[in-house]
Amino acid sequence: MDERKICLKVNGKQYEEMAETRMTLVDFLREKLGLTGTHIGCEHGVCGACTVLLNGTAVRSCLMFAVQADQAEIATVESLAVGGELHPLQKSFWEHHALQCGFCTPGFLMTACAFLRENHAPSEEEIRLAMSGNLCRCTGYENIIKAIAAASRVMQHQGMHMSDRLYPISGK
Amino acid sequence: MKPAPFQYHDPRTVDEVVSLLGRLGGDAKILAGGQSLVPLMNFRLARPRHLVDINKVSSLEHIREEDHHLVIGALARQRMIEFSELVHRKNPLLIEACQQIGHPAIRNRGTVCGSLAHADPAAEWPALALVMDASLVLQGPEGQRRVPASDFFVSYFTTCLDPRELVVEVHVPDLPPGAGSCFLEVSRRHGDFALVGAAVWLTVDPSGICADCGIALAGVAACAVRARAAEQRLKGERLTDSLFAEVARGIPDELDPTSDLHASADYRRIVAAEIVRRALGIARQRIGKI
Repeated sequence: MDERKICLKVNGKQYEEMAETRMTLVDFLREKLGLTGTHIGCEHGVCGACTVLLNGTAVRSCLMFAVQADQAEIATVESLAVGGELHPLQKSFWEHHALQCGFCTPGFLMTACAFLRENHAPSEEEIRLAMSGNLCRCTGYENIIKAIAAASRVMQHQGMHMSDRLYPISGK
Repeated sequence: MKPAPFQYHDPRTVDEVVSLLGRLGGDAKILAGGQSLVPLMNFRLARPRHLVDINKVSSLEHIREEDHHLVIGALARQRMIEFSELVHRKNPLLIEACQQIGHPAIRNRGTVCGSLAHADPAAEWPALALVMDASLVLQGPEGQRRVPASDFFVSYFTTCLDPRELVVEVHVPDLPPGAGSCFLEVSRRHGDFALVGAAVWLTVDPSGICADCGIALAGVAACAVRARAAEQRLKGERLTDSLFAEVARGIPDELDPTSDLHASADYRRIVAAEIVRRALGIARQRIGKI
């Protein structure tokens, strides 16, 4: 069995675990670290449910091996709420009924995080384009788009930048 | 565990990669962005016994300017192309095409050279490489060789790359000064593989006559194809709507698409003709604008 020790930072916390080199990053996060907020949908890069931030950029964690994230900084959906207080994006999803079964939600949230970090005041068209790689089988897209638009306005109004509340702040 | 077991290798230099490939040959697969290989491995359609991960070979991350060329290294990711000032200035056609590849999370990982080596006939990069007369630098145990894109692609997912070779970089000629270009594709949903894609560029002389042009299509044959007859018809002519319509009508004769779940061969022919016509019109509007 081909195993490696994997050292990485997830949501600001350092972890060190052995894992088989064929273990995908999403399985590693869920099974080795117990961080089950990241969901596994299609396991071939189509649905976006497993989206996490790798050194600040959105990636499909089912299309990476955990060993490739050695020494990296990962942010998962668990990083969004701080001290029991929801992130404005999460609050907005709640307020706009942007989740039904909730399975796709972690992927939508993390994709939206990466997107709002690049684009502080997106148009509806830009939000639709940015979210087009995430699938919602409940087809609740309209409310997801509304929630992201509203969250971007709230954050702008509060002068809050996405990076303020997101691990890691650095990274390319 | 989704993928079958493999031995993982993470070399730091091109020499190490090549010596591993020389030793492991056909038992090894290169892992770059992994956006095509890992899905295949998760389905166990691909079961390489050795995985050679090149992500730590930092000398391959370049997007460099060389005389009238862009040199794109094996680890340059689609998003790096998309946001590159250099590429924007020298070859905006590449950027327009990149924006239509998958989704941002896919483009954050996926690489240009990986897409070329994967040789999906519906992908954007093989068509871009053909239309720009790009060439690929391959390195194996016997040294480097440079292969024109027109010789690189053999058939569906098949290239002339030896299992012991790595695509080190691709050299993409700049668009000629003043050229207008356009990349259009039609897919069922944004970010899906294209049913048909078209990459075109045009230049005109001072009197408005077409001096040179390139037209390539994706998704319409076993490899991306150049529409040579259409190109010949345009050269030396004034670029009118009626000429574009005539050229488009001839496009289906140059193609050999297959039918699948997503579209019939006939539908692909019709779409190919129409997007070539539209892309030529858009490219014409952009002449002299870069």
